[in-house]
Amino acid sequence: MSYLFATATEEQAMLSRIGVDSIDQLLQQIPKPLQLDKLLDLPPALSEMELEQHLRQLASQSSGSTSRTCFQGGGAYDHYIPSVVDEITGRGEYYTAYTPYQAEASQGTLQAFFEYQTMICQLTGMQVSNASLYEGGGSVSEATLMAMRTTGRTGRVVIAGALHPEYTQVLRTYVGHTSTEVIHIPVGSDGTVDLTKLAGAIDENTAAVIVQNPNFLGNIEDLAAIADLTHAKESLMVVSTDPISQGLLARPGDLGADIVVAEGQSLGIPLQFGGPYLGILACRNDFIRRMPGRLIGETIDRTGGRCFVLSLQAREQHIRRDKATSNICTNQGLMALRATMFMAQMGPQGFRETAELCLQKAHYAATQIAALPGYTILFSETPKFKEFVIQAPQSAQTLIEKVAKAGVDIGPALSQFAPIPGMADTENLLLVAVTEQRTKAQIDHLVNLLK
Amino acid sequence: MRNTLSTQLIFDLSSPGRRAARLPQCDVPTRAVEELIPAKFLAQKPLPLPEVAEPDIVRHYVNLSTLNMSVDTHFYPLGSCTMKYNPKRHERLSKLSGIVDVHPYQQADRMQGLLAILYEMQNMLGEIAGLPAVSLQPAAGAQGELTALMVAAAYFRDKGENRRKVLFPASAHGTNPASAAIAGFDCVQLPATANGLMDVEELRKLADSSTACLMVTNPNTLGLFEKQIAEVAKIIHDVGGLVYIDGANMNAIMGITRPGDFGGDMMHYNVHKTFTGPHGAGGPGSGPIAVRDFLRPYLPAPIIEKATAENGKTVYQLVTPEKTIGKVRTFFGNVGILIRGYCYLRTLGPEGVRKAAEHAILNANYLKAILKDILPAAHGEYCLHEFVASASKLAKEKQISAMDIAKRLLDFGFHAPTVYFPLVVPEALMMEPTETESKATLDAFAETIRKITEESAEFLHDAPHSLPVSRPNDVQAARQPVLSWSPKVGV
Repeated sequence: MSYLFATATEEQAMLSRIGVDSIDQLLQQIPKPLQLDKLLDLPPALSEMELEQHLRQLASQSSGSTSRTCFQGGGAYDHYIPSVVDEITGRGEYYTAYTPYQAEASQGTLQAFFEYQTMICQLTGMQVSNASLYEGGGSVSEATLMAMRTTGRTGRVVIAGALHPEYTQVLRTYVGHTSTEVIHIPVGSDGTVDLTKLAGAIDENTAAVIVQNPNFLGNIEDLAAIADLTHAKESLMVVSTDPISQGLLARPGDLGADIVVAEGQSLGIPLQFGGPYLGILACRNDFIRRMPGRLIGETIDRTGGRCFVLSLQAREQHIRRDKATSNICTNQGLMALRATMFMAQMGPQGFRETAELCLQKAHYAATQIAALPGYTILFSETPKFKEFVIQAPQSAQTLIEKVAKAGVDIGPALSQFAPIPGMADTENLLLVAVTEQRTKAQIDHLVNLLK
Repeated sequence: MRNTLSTQLIFDLSSPGRRAARLPQCDVPTRAVEELIPAKFLAQKPLPLPEVAEPDIVRHYVNLSTLNMSVDTHFYPLGSCTMKYNPKRHERLSKLSGIVDVHPYQQADRMQGLLAILYEMQNMLGEIAGLPAVSLQPAAGAQGELTALMVAAAYFRDKGENRRKVLFPASAHGTNPASAAIAGFDCVQLPATANGLMDVEELRKLADSSTACLMVTNPNTLGLFEKQIAEVAKIIHDVGGLVYIDGANMNAIMGITRPGDFGGDMMHYNVHKTFTGPHGAGGPGSGPIAVRDFLRPYLPAPIIEKATAENGKTVYQLVTPEKTIGKVRTFFGNVGILIRGYCYLRTLGPEGVRKAAEHAILNANYLKAILKDILPAAHGEYCLHEFVASASKLAKEKQISAMDIAKRLLDFGFHAPTVYFPLVVPEALMMEPTETESKATLDAFAETIRKITEESAEFLHDAPHSLPVSRPNDVQAARQPVLSWSPKVGV
């Protein structure tokens, strides 16, 4: 398949208009010794039918949440995706458009992103949102760099408790070349950050205190208390939230957060082995000009009518170059559009009900598992949302394999990550997530398999 | 006639109590919410999201979509962005179960098929680059740049060398210096030259033992191949530095020449440009990097390796390189876009890959030739897949700017070329027709530009005339930013 138009006759006509005899002549500017003298070693071309057969065969050697029962969590969740999300974002006018540099030719996208920004503010309790970043871990890193720019402090950042271990890794990669000290305050015996130790770690050089809520272990942190400790030293509080939890939990912006970030995958984006996902980042008004990523603004056009444009581009790489607030150029526009559809479809009621279903089902599952001999739910007294840690009577990996044979997926095992500060022996520990999609029958089946 | 009710902001369509979603009844025994979560952690009131019905949502966003120009609806000659046709089969195939629904913590033995695809993608990208070690992790081209620079930094740290300097030509994409700065390097810009190619003597002066890297786009942003690239690479290698190739323009050279063969040590791809991942009005992209073997140990984790199990079966494994820089994003990468790129490469095959590049070059040169009297391109007799024309003569003689032409083109149903980039050309119009446009389209486009240049400057300053909006006030947007909707008070 070639996707080309030109027939031999047309090709000849074009070449003669250019004034050459062959395409080869146009390639002369590439020195001959640098030109390949053979074809690349790539597999031969397939027709659509062959490609589909090939991919179906390979896909059948993989299995996902459609054919299995997914209780897996750890930052990516099997939430329901309403039909409107796929149907509308599948329109070529959206998914084959480019970055909306020409505002007149992009009002559809620009207005949808403006609505996205507004809905993210409504969801997080913040005043400004950008039009998306790559994913959750990157958002934590960008928020941290932004906090450094805003406070002028580069000495220290403090991770409060159980931040997703991969977010921590990404953050360490991003600040790896600087002298910034990343201090990680462990969780206490209740599975939330040890506030006394946290208070001791925040100093006058601390740019940001980063906290995930619900945290990586599923537990709900006392954001208001953490905000007090953070602001006492004039540091900024960066909160990484689970967007679905906002159907029930107080918004980080109402509890003192300065920057709110999130992995937006839960908002209508398929699991697809980790990406593309959606990096959410929202903040207080005063930080607008230090914010990374695209911002869409409302303005008026020549005739005075309302319209939307890419705004405040002076912060960006194509104007400020090496002084830019970030190097980000491409964002996750289509994923932001999916999230917009999702949020519009859910509305306040849908969010509330989805969150309640997650809460009730996760607690039912936890209660049933806790009743099994040899099993414990860690931090059982700590409020949690849709995910929790199981201590199993055998290695977590063995258990995961065991239930997998019956078509049920749980995990991840905590041992697959670098040690989580505050948690010593993780050999028998694993996460279980229960979304609104899981039925009582599926939960009971899981409980039976664990016996 | 446009339905203006449905294209109001969705917040204006909201009515208290209206709703779209209906959730299942809870089928497990429930407890009071306050019993499970203390009141102090709970929201005091519902989220202030819009309350709309599903038909509101559908009509609203479908109508908004019609205000966009896209590759599916319009010719999009956006230089440097490679907006080529996005094959429809990719959308269906990337949504197969076993691909779209795989959890990132799925066990490797239950996703062998998906890993096989991604492994093959790693290899194909390595082959096209001539650089065998590939990481699929970066989420976009700019993140690929940053990742590669972090790899370079780790490599030099490992060798005990403190190299701070990154060189780049004046015509570089803005992401190059931004990425270098974020990776902790100092940026040094090479001056622009009259012929549009890098100045080898200037480079020789600036390259020294503090040089970590030269970042260069080849073919460059003027659509020209850096003829002396091998010599340039030697200069950098002789001082112990690395050569980074910005792969934004790979569409011009794939199957014809390879960065690894002309001296590059590292490069990134833009899968959403070169390999037809649709660009989603700003993303997602996917920015894999390919590097020489000696840099493989530093790649971000994980990469995929093939091994043979005890029973003789082939198994694909996720592996962490021994000296990895860590991770640059959560989980594996932008898999959904990589799958589309994989489908593209598998339908083209080796001949098709080369043919795509050749026809991109043919189309660009044809467009350049039929426009040369109206919008001349100063650099190069022939271009590769794109060229930069200048409207400076029109600006001087008729007060018609590059922006005027760009805006007026929209009236005729053509997306505008890239304007005012690269920075080294006055009144720049950067055009990249790509291989997936017909001669008829290119003829019509050139004819339209000719007509536009015959219109009055005054009329053009107010273009576009037929679109729902015209010439937004960017200055007001920046001075008094309105970045979200808020309810009107006291109406």
